[in-house]
Amino acid sequence: MANIWVFVEETDGAPSALGLELLSKARSLGDVTAVYLGSADGAGKLGEYGATRVLMADTGDRLPSAPLATALAARATTESPDLILFGQALTDRDVAGRLAARLGVGVVSNATDIRLSGGVETDHEIFGGTQVATVQTSSSPAIVLVRPKSFPAEASGGGAPQVETLELPDGGAAEARIVESHVEEREGPQLGEAKVVISGGRGLGSAEGYQLIERLAKPLKAATGATRAIVDAGWVPYAKQVGQTGKTVKPDVYIACGISGAMQHLVGMKDATTIIAINKDPDAPIFSVADLGIVGDVKTILPKLIEALEAM
Amino acid sequence: MKVVVCVKQIPDPATPYRLEEGTGWLIRPEDQILDDTDRYGVEMGLQIAQANGGTVTLVSMGPTGNSQGIRQALAMGADKAVIIDDAPLRGSDALTTARVLAAAIASEGFDLVITGTESTDGYSGVVPQMIAELLDAPALTYATHVEATGDSVTIHRQTSAGYDVVNASLPAVVSVTAGVVEPRYPTFKGIMDAKKKPVETLALSGLDAEAVETQVISSITTAPERSAGRKIEDDGEAHLAILELLEQRKVI
Repeated sequence: MANIWVFVEETDGAPSALGLELLSKARSLGDVTAVYLGSADGAGKLGEYGATRVLMADTGDRLPSAPLATALAARATTESPDLILFGQALTDRDVAGRLAARLGVGVVSNATDIRLSGGVETDHEIFGGTQVATVQTSSSPAIVLVRPKSFPAEASGGGAPQVETLELPDGGAAEARIVESHVEEREGPQLGEAKVVISGGRGLGSAEGYQLIERLAKPLKAATGATRAIVDAGWVPYAKQVGQTGKTVKPDVYIACGISGAMQHLVGMKDATTIIAINKDPDAPIFSVADLGIVGDVKTILPKLIEALEAM
Repeated sequence: MKVVVCVKQIPDPATPYRLEEGTGWLIRPEDQILDDTDRYGVEMGLQIAQANGGTVTLVSMGPTGNSQGIRQALAMGADKAVIIDDAPLRGSDALTTARVLAAAIASEGFDLVITGTESTDGYSGVVPQMIAELLDAPALTYATHVEATGDSVTIHRQTSAGYDVVNASLPAVVSVTAGVVEPRYPTFKGIMDAKKKPVETLALSGLDAEAVETQVISSITTAPERSAGRKIEDDGEAHLAILELLEQRKVI
């Protein structure tokens, strides 16, 4: 049976949704060890999703990548896992990159499916999801980064896992320290869970224009998202970014407002059940995935839509 | 302070990307541009070098082509460039890329290495961290703000919840987001000066690094296409079409 490790990060006091997705897939491929960057309370849940063993890591105020990569590389050398799964997420990328370089093995990024057939075979959506590249990796262990929402998170009813503490060595010259943590205010429905997501892009014209998105979200109980362009421009915080380097969403309805539909954005939202797009440019790529496309100015259409919804 | 900025020349994202038959590798034309996300790293490097007294060296791997992308970064103000361009590096994965860049950076000498968070054409998203590991340096990643003094660097590191303030001693590797600084546009003088700046081209044999193949693309298939739906011009009543669809989908 294949020996599979899965990196899981704690968010809001529990294993992340992304981590649970990876565990759900991993248990269909082999015997699963979860590497948990979090507190002991989360270990039971990792068992429910298929981990038979949990390696607990507490990095405290140290940036996790250097100490974790050093500890995991040492373990991997003695235990020889076949596959180590990470999510395509910020800290996951940090740990996976350092670990791979330390072990001298490759990393396969942005996978959307994984098969074990002799070696490790992965699928990758390219060109905004219009084509799929299949990759064979010869590294041992194979280190694979999986895009969020590639697999459903489903509890398996597994029992309590064996829990061990992963000793973290001094990272020496490679150590960095977290001096302070800032949490941005989060209110209303969250991007990953909401049934309706409304996102804004450059077409809103300015940071003030984003208020239209927030006002439209209220009557629809929707989460609000954004393109990378307006996050980079400082209009809204990164936590709202939908796309390749932000969040992946699969809501029932996605409303793209003033968004042209760069590949970077499309990969994060194209799997929504229904997509509505409003854009001035009739040739904008967003219309190629929209169930309803409206060629027009968001700044005139959204106020009318908001008024109609608020009157209901 | 010796600042090294990693930059990449990529095919213009405004043109359709094409893949080579058989290998699945991206076809790279003579004419490649500076990856737009690298302009932020170059600007950050210039500001830090200026504040601390220092130089900015560009390090890049890939086909040199007509090197207009590298000239773009030199025109912003970088002092020199090193390009590693060699046939065995075609189709390199993240590991080989990181090994080559780290070897070039080590041979140049560095206090601070600045990179983007991922390239626009390959977006594996792990090369900065790999470079840091190979250089035995900390990787301060996804920076939205950077301050460097003579012996340490402090950044704001983007997190899913907000940001962390992260600090480390130099030498260090910092990956920056596109929000970190506003990049300058090259001046006419900058563009003229860039033509005289040293650009060194190295082969793999000139570095302490080895190219390894860890993965191959075995097939490329067309994904099932999502069919485009109805497209209408706004005639002043388009919001009604949205309301109708929201009702059908039982959102309202």
